[in-house]
This record gives sequence, C-alpha cells and structure tokens, in this order.
Amino acid sequence: MKSILPITTVSIVIVILWYGFSVVLNSTWTKDQANRAGVEVTFSEILKDTMVQQRPLLPAPHQVIIELWDTTVNKKITSKRSLVYHGWITLSATLLGFVIGTGLGVLLAIGIVHNKAMDYGVMPWIIASQTVPILALAPMIIVVLYSIGLSGLVPKAIISAYLSFFPVSVGMVAGFRCPDPTQMDLLKTYAAKKSQLFWKLRVPISMPYLFTSLKIGVAASLVGAIVGELPTGAVAGLGARLLTGSYYGQTVQIWSALIGSAILAAVLVGFIGLIQKHTLNRMGLAR
Amino acid sequence: MNSNVAMDAEPVIQARNLGLVFQTKDSPVEALKDVNIDIEQGDFVSLIGPSGCGKTTLLRIIASLDKPTAGDITVNGMTPEEARLQRAYGYVFQAASLYPWRTIAGNVKLPLEIMGFSKTEMNERVKKVLDLVHLSGFENKFPWQLSGGMQQRASIARALSFDADILLMDEPFGALDEIVRDHLNEQLLDLWKSTRKTICFVTHSIPEAVYLSTKIVVMSNRPGKVVEVIESSLPRERPLDIRDSPEFIEIAQRVRTGLRMSHSYE
Ligand SMILES: Nc1ncnc2c1ncn2[C@@H]1O[C@H](COP(=O)(O)OP(=O)(O)OP(=O)(O)O)[C@@H](O)[C@H]1O
Ligand SMILES: [Mg+2]
Repeated sequence: MKSILPITTVSIVIVILWYGFSVVLNSTWTKDQANRAGVEVTFSEILKDTMVQQRPLLPAPHQVIIELWDTTVNKKITSKRSLVYHGWITLSATLLGFVIGTGLGVLLAIGIVHNKAMDYGVMPWIIASQTVPILALAPMIIVVLYSIGLSGLVPKAIISAYLSFFPVSVGMVAGFRCPDPTQMDLLKTYAAKKSQLFWKLRVPISMPYLFTSLKIGVAASLVGAIVGELPTGAVAGLGARLLTGSYYGQTVQIWSALIGSAILAAVLVGFIGLIQKHTLNRMGLAR
Repeated sequence: MNSNVAMDAEPVIQARNLGLVFQTKDSPVEALKDVNIDIEQGDFVSLIGPSGCGKTTLLRIIASLDKPTAGDITVNGMTPEEARLQRAYGYVFQAASLYPWRTIAGNVKLPLEIMGFSKTEMNERVKKVLDLVHLSGFENKFPWQLSGGMQQRASIARALSFDADILLMDEPFGALDEIVRDHLNEQLLDLWKSTRKTICFVTHSIPEAVYLSTKIVVMSNRPGKVVEVIESSLPRERPLDIRDSPEFIEIAQRVRTGLRMSHSYE
C-alpha cells in the first residue's frame, strides 16, 4: 500500500495539467467567438466557457468522465450507444488475438531454443515482422481475409495476434535460456530427457519472463484490435467509436473511447499482474 | 543395488593417463595430465590439493560432465557416459545449486520425479534423507530461507535420495562450521559403512580427508597431476576421537608432506 501516495500524487498532477491544457487550447475558440460577436471576454468567462464546450479541442476531464458515466452506466449494454457494448466487441477480438499470439509466441520460442536452424532462420523474421508499420499492414490483412470469407472478429484477432506474439516470443526465448550451466549439469547427472529438462527447468525458470511478456502482449493485443477496427470503417468497437467521433468532430466521444480503452488495458494488465503475484509467490520467486 | 558381487575384482573407477586441456581464448589450460587412479568398490577416496589443481575437473570427467582430451577412463567397466545414463552416481556440486522455485522437499524430490518413482516411495525417501541430514521440519521452506550450510545439506540429501552406488562429492562440507561438519562426517561414514557405497570426495581439509578416507589422492597444480596416493591403515570403524591416535597423526603428516611437495611445483 506504499504505492498509494505516489500514484495519487501523479494522478493529481496529470489532472491539473489536463485542465490547464484544456483552458489554453479551448480558449482560442472562445476568443474567436467573442471577436466575431464584437464583445470583450474576461478571464473568468474564458475559464468557464472552456470547461463546457460542445466540441472542445481538448475536453476537460470532467466532461470525459460524465461522458464515460453516461455511456456505461446510463445505457443498456446492448445499445449501440453503450461503451460497454463497444468495449466488449474490442475485448473479444483482443482476447482471441492474445490467446493466438501468446500460443504462437511460446511455440516459436520453444522451437528457437531447441533448434539452431530456427534460431538463425526464424529470429530475424520475427524482428523484421515488427518493423512493418501495422497501420499499413492492417488494411491488407483485412482485405485478404475478407476475400476468403473472413470478416468481423477473426481478422481483428489476427492483427492483434500479429502484435502480441512478438513480445511473448522474444521474452520467452530469453526466459527459456535462463538456466545456468550448473542447473543443466544437475539434470544431466540424473540422465534427464530433453522433455524433462524443458518442464522441470526451462519452464519454471522462465515464469517471471512469461508474465512480463504477457503484460506487454495483452496491451499490444488491445492496440491491434483497435487498429483492426479502423480501416474497415467498423460500426462497432472502441476503434469505431474513435473513428465516428473524428468524423463528426465529437472530441468528447473520442476521448472517452480513448480513456475507456486505457482503462480496459489497465484492467487486463492488472489481472495478469494478479496471477503473476500469486504464481510467483507460490513458487517462492517473489521475495 | 548389490549386483556388484561379481564385479568385486575390477575397479569401479579406473583412469589411465587421463588428461584434459581446456581450449580457452588466450591459451590452452592443461587442467589434468597423466592421471592414473583405481577406485575399488567400497572405497572412500578423497581428492586433496591446491585450488585449481583439477579436483572438480576430475570429478566432472568421472560424471561425464566433461570429456577428457587424453587417456582412458571407465566407470563400472563402462564409459562414464554409459554409467551416467544408467544413473550410476549421485553428484554433490561445489555450490549447493538448489532450484530456487522448489521447496527443500521439492528439490530432494527432483531426481526421484525424473527417475519415475511412485508418489509414496518419493515421500518416504524424501523424509528419510532429510532426516539423515537433519533437515526435518524444513521440507516446505524455500532454499533462500535456509543458511548456506543447510542448503548444502539439502543438496547432499538430494544426491542420496535415489541411492546410487557411487557418490561424487565436491567439497560438500566446505561451508559448514566445525561441529556440524564433524557430525556430518560421522553420518557420512555411517552411511558408507552400512551401504558399501563407493565415495569420491573432494576436500581442502587434511583431518577430514584422513578421518573419512581409505585412500587419499594428493594432487598438484599446473598441470593437475596426482603426486601421491596414500592408503589409509585406519580401521573402517572410526569414532571421532580416532583423530587423536598416533596412527591418524602419522597419516595426516604424510598428506601434509605430499601437499607441500605439490605446492613447491609452482
Ligand atoms: N570450463 C573451463 N574452461 C577453461 N578452464 C577451466 C574450465 N574449468 C576449469 N578450468 C581450469 O582448470 C583448472 C582446474 O580447475 P578445477 O575447477 O578442476 O580446480 P579445483 O581443483 O576444483 O579447484 P578448487 O579447489 O578451487 O575448487 C583451473 O586452472 C581452471 O581455471
Ligand atoms: Mg573445485
């Protein structure tokens, strides 16, 4: 609980800065309006106006919170206006992509640590795969999959898997390579099989790496799912909320979708953190 | 376990002109040269010599963890590798090297899991060997919750758990205080007498070597060589106060002289 103080301090600082920027950025519009009407505005009038604009350049925090509250608590979750509804659409693609990406990442890591040819042959491609901007790749993936009859959840999940397998595979290669020579020699003296070396040494020793990779991977998955919603002009999902928000200049909606996805990411990462804490505690690795 | 009656005649471990040169980046290191030893069934052999004289290396070759670059060696009449695959020995490393994510009981269980013992058998054996090294009650502790000496005892228990006929021990009691060391020395002698295991034991302590061994191999530095093999005339039955007997002191004297010689090589 020692973390409460620093966290609140930082949050308060962020909120204060946010309000500051809202005032500064939104005041331009207020002044323009006043100029056009030929009236003088006082500082307190500017202050007041910048907090309540319909389409502010940067919505004030309380506007975003009200919008968030309104679109989650006050709407039925089946409604197209509910952020929970859109969140779930994105979340389901995120989770599917995360599972695929994690599985693929772990499998690749297993192959790479056990096979020299794979180490030299596959590792460069894994790294190269992430140098291609996903924004350029996403529309192509969607189009190609659409042509073979796949649309909706699966293409988005694949884009999110594309982003999440990378941290998992790189992290797990490092994790599986952790055992030091003595730890390996010990198993050798028992004439342990390769599979036993894997399950009794490589897997447990890589656990801290696994959880760290999963945390990065799940956040990347969420980004992937949202990016996957952009090029299709999707009608549902957090990405769609961002898109329609920007079509109609609904900055409050954009920001609430942004904050909503940040909260979602925090929840996902936090959940993995809980499992991590529990597992590492039980393994005596969390001191 | 007791299938060695027929093989009594031939040595359990036999090395002829054994040598090992490590190829390092700057220059080759000759860790062992022309090593000849015969270890009979039931022998308790101590390797003693200055730091870096190749004691660990010799033990690792016997265990087939390193390969010699010259000479021949057999373990139980086979190559060390074949013997390893038959799980002929238990090895106690110079550092305890327990797996930090396993409890003490879990660490002792590790070889048993790998060798496919049944659950009940595992639990019985874990209890027995932890009793032997006086670690009962620490089953569910993690290694880092134990002192260095206790960790080392756990690693001895682990090597004993599957009851191999040969024990290879690399300075197992180096980190222990005098009293616990005496105690474990007695314990190890008891175990050796009752099981007729063949033990190969590295130590830096002359009294320990003399107290435990039937054969003391004195080694020298650069290159690692055997300078002298001293056969002990002490009886198998050895109370702790045998260390004050003239016979004991005489053997210790000979080991010391051998060690002096080995140091003067530098
Ligand atoms: N893997 C290795 N690569 C290169 N040189 C090595 C290697 N292992 C050991 N050596 C060298 O071989 C020599 C013998 O080492 P070894 O560990 O067998 O000594 P030791 O007698 O066990 O010493 P200590 O009493 O300090 O444990 C040393 O000079 C060491 O530097
Ligand atoms: Mg050594």
